[in-house]
Parts: sequence; C-alpha cells; structure tokens
Amino acid sequence: MTAIPDTPSRPSSILEADARTRKRNAAEKRFRMYGLGAIFVGLTALVLLLTSILMQGLPAFQQSYVTLEVPLLEDTLDPSGERNIDDIAGVISFGYNGLIEQAVEDAIETQGIEIEGLDDPAEIVSNQAAAQVRRFVLANPERIGTSETFRFLTTSRVDQYYKGQVTMASAERDSQISPQQLQLAEALAEAGLLEQSFNWNFVTQPDASDQRPEAAGLGVAILGSAYMMLIVLCLALPIGVAASIYLEEFAPTNRITDIIEVNISNLAAVPSIVFGILGLAIFINFAGLPQSAPIVGGLVLTLMTLPTIIISTRASLKSVPPSIRDAALGVGASKMQAVFHHVLPLAGPGILTGTIIGLAQALGETAPLLLIGMVAFVTEYPDAPPEGFFDPATALPVQVYNWTQRADPAFAERASGAIIVLLVFLAIMNITAILLRRRFERRW
Amino acid sequence: MSVFWILVILVGLAIVGFALGRRRAIGSAGGDPKTLHSRPNYYGVGVALAALIPSLALLAIWLFVQPLYIDAQVATQIADAAIPEGSTRGLMMGDIERLAAGFDQLESRGLMTPEEIAALGPDDDIRGRLGEVGLALGSNVSAETLDAARTFRSLSATGGILMTVAVLLAGAAGFAINLARVHHSKRARNQVESVILALLLAAACIAILTTAGIVLSMLFESINFFRQYPITEFFFGLQWAPNFRGNSDLGIIPLLWGTLYISLIALLVAVPIGLFSAIYLSEYAGRRMRAIAKPLIEVLAGIPTIVYGLFALLVVGPMLRDYFAQPLGLGNSGSSVMTAGLVMGIMLIPFVSSLSDDIISAVPQSMRDGSLGLGATKAETIRQVVVPAALPGIVGAILLAASRAIGETMIVVLGAGAAARLSLNPFEAMTTVTVKIVSQLTGDTNFASPETLVAFALGLTLFVITLGLNVFALFIVRRYREQYD
Repeated sequence: MTAIPDTPSRPSSILEADARTRKRNAAEKRFRMYGLGAIFVGLTALVLLLTSILMQGLPAFQQSYVTLEVPLLEDTLDPSGERNIDDIAGVISFGYNGLIEQAVEDAIETQGIEIEGLDDPAEIVSNQAAAQVRRFVLANPERIGTSETFRFLTTSRVDQYYKGQVTMASAERDSQISPQQLQLAEALAEAGLLEQSFNWNFVTQPDASDQRPEAAGLGVAILGSAYMMLIVLCLALPIGVAASIYLEEFAPTNRITDIIEVNISNLAAVPSIVFGILGLAIFINFAGLPQSAPIVGGLVLTLMTLPTIIISTRASLKSVPPSIRDAALGVGASKMQAVFHHVLPLAGPGILTGTIIGLAQALGETAPLLLIGMVAFVTEYPDAPPEGFFDPATALPVQVYNWTQRADPAFAERASGAIIVLLVFLAIMNITAILLRRRFERRW
Repeated sequence: MSVFWILVILVGLAIVGFALGRRRAIGSAGGDPKTLHSRPNYYGVGVALAALIPSLALLAIWLFVQPLYIDAQVATQIADAAIPEGSTRGLMMGDIERLAAGFDQLESRGLMTPEEIAALGPDDDIRGRLGEVGLALGSNVSAETLDAARTFRSLSATGGILMTVAVLLAGAAGFAINLARVHHSKRARNQVESVILALLLAAACIAILTTAGIVLSMLFESINFFRQYPITEFFFGLQWAPNFRGNSDLGIIPLLWGTLYISLIALLVAVPIGLFSAIYLSEYAGRRMRAIAKPLIEVLAGIPTIVYGLFALLVVGPMLRDYFAQPLGLGNSGSSVMTAGLVMGIMLIPFVSSLSDDIISAVPQSMRDGSLGLGATKAETIRQVVVPAALPGIVGAILLAASRAIGETMIVVLGAGAAARLSLNPFEAMTTVTVKIVSQLTGDTNFASPETLVAFALGLTLFVITLGLNVFALFIVRRYREQYD
C-alpha cells in the first residue's frame, strides 16, 4: 500500500468534507427541509381549517332554554268562552305575546328577582314562544283557563351571552338586548329556570326567519340533500356503469368513441357553476320543472357526478384481468354474458367505492344549486317521494351559504354548525368507501 | 292517470311478459330447454323489453312535446288586444298556467267541484279561492285569462287521457307482438344483447348530450344578450355597473382581472407547497410517512368548497384585515383578493401535489440511478434530472389547477367581495366572473333583460377559457406520458 499522495487541491482526509462538499450537503439538507416544510404547511392548513370550523360550530349544538309557567287566560284566548276551535284559531300569534310577558313577570315575582331599570323582560324569550303556545292551545283547547309549563328557547342574544359572544359591554350598545335583561337571565339561571342543553332541533327543525336565529335548523336542508343524493344514486350509477361498460368492453375504436372519451374527460373539469347554468336554462326555463325542487338539483348533480363515476368504474373494469373474460368466452359465453356474469361482479366493489366518492362530491356541491333556486327560504318539509322531489327544499351546503348572508351574527355560528353536520356526513361516506376498498380489494 | 301509475302498469306488464315469454319458449320446445336456441330467460327478457322500451320512449317524447303544443295552442287563443298594458304574452301564459294549476289543486283537495269551477266568472273572487290552496295571483283574473286557463285545462286533460291510452297501447302491442314471435328457434339471446348494447351506447352518449346542452343553452342566451348589448363593449368594457332599470355597463375586463389576480395568488401559494410536498413524498419520504401524509393532504381535496368559503369569511378575512391590511393602511375590508387567493391556494395544494407526485414517480428510475452514480446528491438529481424530465407533466398539472382556480365559485363568493374593480392592491375587495354569474342569476330574474342574460355570456366565456386550459393541459400530460411508456 502506498501512502495517499499529498495534493493540496484535494482534502487531506476523506473523512473530513471539504468546503464544496459541505456546501453541497447543506444544499441537500435545505432542499429536504423545503419539502418537509411544504408538507407541514399543507397539514397545518388542514388542521387550522378543521379546528376553526369546529370551534365556531360546536356551540350551535347547545342552546339555552327557559322554563316558564304560562297562564292560558280565557279572556285573551277565547273571549266568547265557547271553546269553538275556529274562534280560538282567530287569535293570531301576536295575541299570545301578552301571555308570555305575564309569564316572565310571574317568574320574576315568584323568584323574588329585583333588577333596577329592567325594561321589557319578556325580550329574553324567543319570538318563537308565542307560536309555540298557540300551537299547544289549538291542540288542547280544553286547557284554556289553566296554566301550563313550557320550555321556550331564549333569544339568540341570551344564548350567545352564555357562549361568550355577547357581553354586558356589547349589550350596552345593542338594541335587541340590555344588560339588565342579561342580569335577569342570570337570575333565572340561578333559580334553575334557564339552562343549556343539547339542541336536537338544530338538526331536525326547518330554517327560521332573520329575527329568530335561535330557532333555525337544518331539517329541510338535510331532507333536500338526501332526496338529491337518492336521485343522483338512482340515475348516475346505472347510467355511469352502462357507459363505462360500453366504453371499456364494447366500443370499437372509431370517431364516435373518441368524441365520447374526450367529452367525458372534459366534463370532469368543467367548472361546477356551468352545470348550474345548464340546469337553469334546460331543466327550468326549457323543460318547465319547478325552481328550488330536489328533482332539478338531483339532475344537475347527476350530470356533474357522471364523469367521476365513469372514470372510476372504467378503472375498476380495467383492473379485472383479461384471463377472466377469456375463460368465460372459452366455455361458450357470449361477450355480453362474460361481461355481465363475470367482469361486472368482480369490478363491483371498485364501482361502489367510486360511486360513494362521487356522491360525497355531489353532497358538498353548492354553486350550481344557487342558480337553480335552492337558496329559497323554505320552512316546510317536502312531502315523501316521489311527489316530494318536486316540492321546494334546500340543500345542506346551500343552507350554509344562506346563513352566511344573514345579518344577525348568531347565524355565523349556525353556518359553522351546519358545516360540521355536512363534514360528518362526508366523513362517514368516505370512510365507508375506504373500508369497502380495504375489505374487497383484490390483487390479481 | 298519473305518470307514476302508468309506470307501475308498464313494469307490471314487463314482469308478466317475462314470465309468459319464458313459459311459452319452454312450451314451444316441448318442455326441454336444451332444444331452445337461447336460454329460456332470454325469451322472457325479450318480451319484457319489447313491452317497456317503445312505450317508455313514447312516454318521454309525449311528456316533452305536450306542454309545448298546449302552450302554442293557448297562446294563439289570446288576442293581442287582450294583453294588458305592461305585460307580455309570456307573463300572461305564466298566469294562465298558475290559474290552471290552482283549479287542479282546488278540485283535487275537494274544495270545489268541477261544476263550481266551470261556473266561475271573472267577477267571482278567484284570487281568494286560490289563496286557500296557498297560491298567490298577482292581479285579479280577466275573462280572457279565465277562458284560456279553461282551454289549457281541457287540452291538458285530453292530452293526459290520450297519452295514457297511447303509451299503454304501445306497451301492450310490443308485449303481444314479441310474445307471439316466441319460438324455440328464435335467436332471442342475440336480439336481447343487441338491444342492451344499444342501451349501453345511449348511456355513453349522455356525455355528448350534456356538452351539447351546455354549449347550446349558453350560446343561445349569449346571442340573445349580444343582440341587446354590443359585443365589443362586453369584451373590452372597463366598467361593470349593472343597473336593473337599464343603461348598464357590462364590461367583462374588471371581472376577468379579479379572476386572474385571485387565481395568480392562489397558484403562488399552491404551486410551491404542492410541488415541494410531491417531491418530498415521492423522493424522500419513507413508506410510513407517505402512508400518513399523502392521504391527509388529499383530504384537502375532499373538503367541499363551501367550507373553504366559510373559512375565508370567518377566519382568514378578519385576520388579514386586522393584522395586515389595516396596520399597513392598505384597506379595511375583510373580503379581499388576498383572502380568496390564500384560501383557494390551500384548496389547490392537493391538485398540484397528487398530479405532480404521479408524474415524478413515472420518471424512470434509471435516470435517477445514472445521476446518483455520477456522484450527484439527491437534491441535485431532483433539481437537474427528475424535475426537468417531469416538467411538461408538472406544467400540465399547474394548468389544470389554474383552470380549477378560474372556475371556483364559493370561495370567491364568500371571500372576494362583490365590487368590480381594476386595482393592484391585493387587500381590496374585487370580484370575479363566477361571483357575477351567481349574483345576476339568483333571486327574481327577468330573462329578457341584458342584466340577466349577461350571466350566460359570462358563463360561456368561463367555459371557453377553462376548456382551453384543460385541453391544453391534457394534451401536454398525455404527450409526456407517452414519452416514457
């Protein structure tokens, strides 16, 4: 072995990096860090997005209620005293406001609450209360003259006070609530008459008007979305599978096939709002279908989802090895029989997964639904299908948009709450798809 | 009879047809299915299809044509003189249809007998009666409208009866003819299979129909718009100021500027982050890291855009305003180009990263090995060999992301604002083509005014731009893929 030649331009030792190598290695490290940093930024954005929505939306599932004893005075509700249901129905909700005021004052008296400068104590109860009592009276006219215990929603301001969005200082400047009214709410809470509890109504009740954010719910929106998903499933799945079978198994290589393929890949990238314009122009203006109806939304979303389903179905048909087809043909099956009896069942799990993912996409889609009138203010549940497909309804994501456009800040919390409901549905669908894939995935 | 019941009857007919056809086939073979040309089920399916397909096709055509025909008939009945001042034939037709629907409601709920409806005159309180079924009429009913509504109802009723008869006859005829032809030597399987193939082809053609529908619907309304508003002012106008009393300025330039500015910011966010994550995930990350990080980043693509919109509106907008725009004196609006751009950038990260990831993974390993063998570090290999080799594909991915950004709606509706402005300040509210399509087409709209029709011209412009980008991007990606296949 000869000694290592001592050349000044070379490093004296291979164990010690020279300046240039150190620089190159540093560059290597930096580059790696950029990559890690990018992933970190992406994941941080995801976490930030989800936590901020959760923080803002979770309070929507809690709501403040106040329990009051309401005197059902005969001379307000049924002056004639004949218990004639038409006469009782003649008293509109407005007529019941006096009873609510009475009930609040009674509660103040029996609890011995004294607050200086308290005006309009009944303002802490939701505007919904009068209608609630009226509904009860119309259902049980024999109770007139007695007094009855009700559990009312409080107004959104009192509710928001308990959620930290309204403070004594902000109430000072607010025309809809005064600090004295908040003190009253506190006093009632101490007496056990005002409490927070889980808000099922948020998920089941229909939307409410601008003045009653505390009563607004997602019932109609969830039902509308469910109807649309049903339509999408019933139309997009068979049509998409049929189209994929044709393209993957039967299509000759010619002009028409080419045009269809190019069309499908382009449709997958057309902005969703363009589908809304299509729905408005064709289904509503031309075919005369009703606005805001789930049928129109379902048709538009079907057209949007078709490319997704076709692309994933074709991929799963393609993954079935040709030997399966050859074997079927070899024992005398026709081509159609080979496809329908052997290839399609084997591709089934893949098709199902693709369909669920397509449906999840359709469920979150908002823009096209805005154009076909799903933004309408709907407070009545649509009927059962098939007639219900033509009744006005809204959809979950559109309801979110709708609430962001309202003036009252309490609706922002509702919008975030609605997003949580939407994300829960999406998560369930996607997890189902992943589990299906894991369970049935087959490597050939 | 309602369409629903017609469908039920047809399906029933098909089921009976299946059973009868199958039995007849076996019977004609003398009870031995082996002598049949096809398996017995094919004979049954043949009869069922013959009962369903012609009748359903007829039903679809009838449902499509009948309203057009009735409208045309009723419209000719209204004399020009009968159209009140300030109204149009179209508006009157709307009233007539509502009135007819209201009468149907009254009758079906048993509130009025057909005789009572027939006896109604223009002086009766028709509005009040219709109010009972929750139908609000704009004005009281004139004699002409009432007459026309009656004609409308009688034509609809006759049409409905004719349709029921014709459709059921078609079903029965198909059923009978096919059943009569069932014979053991009939090539039933071949016939059924060719019908099914035709159905499959028809399903595939829906994609073409959709594209045609999109293009035609927007083209016709756009032509309508350009008849009322000069085309040069639309494409080169620097002012966007719609005014529903007329005299609007409808120049697209400010909208396009907002769209492109927001898309640019979005891409400035998404491209570096997406590209670096793709490089890290495909070149550096170990199996476990990849298995966790890649799906998590792709979750970003599965979140609906309304969620991003809300995030922009409630979190990013106020934060940018309070910590950047106001202290720097750049503006005091929560919704701004920056807000929408940043949030849209987050949304686009997975689009850039997963496409680039695929493309980088497709670069042949031999190229990396060659570079590493010459002594290059991993970073040098990536920068000087892998990325240049994958560049066309990466450009394609970026173009696809750009087309997404341009067509994105909810983030800009909630995050960018509604003021059309030509400005360079990214903290100012600006608006985009998609925002204006939404705002011009939601709510009560009159489809004759240029202020509404402009939305179709905007939609067409958007469609052409995104289509161009997509076609170009797909072309690049495809050419690149072929290179290494």
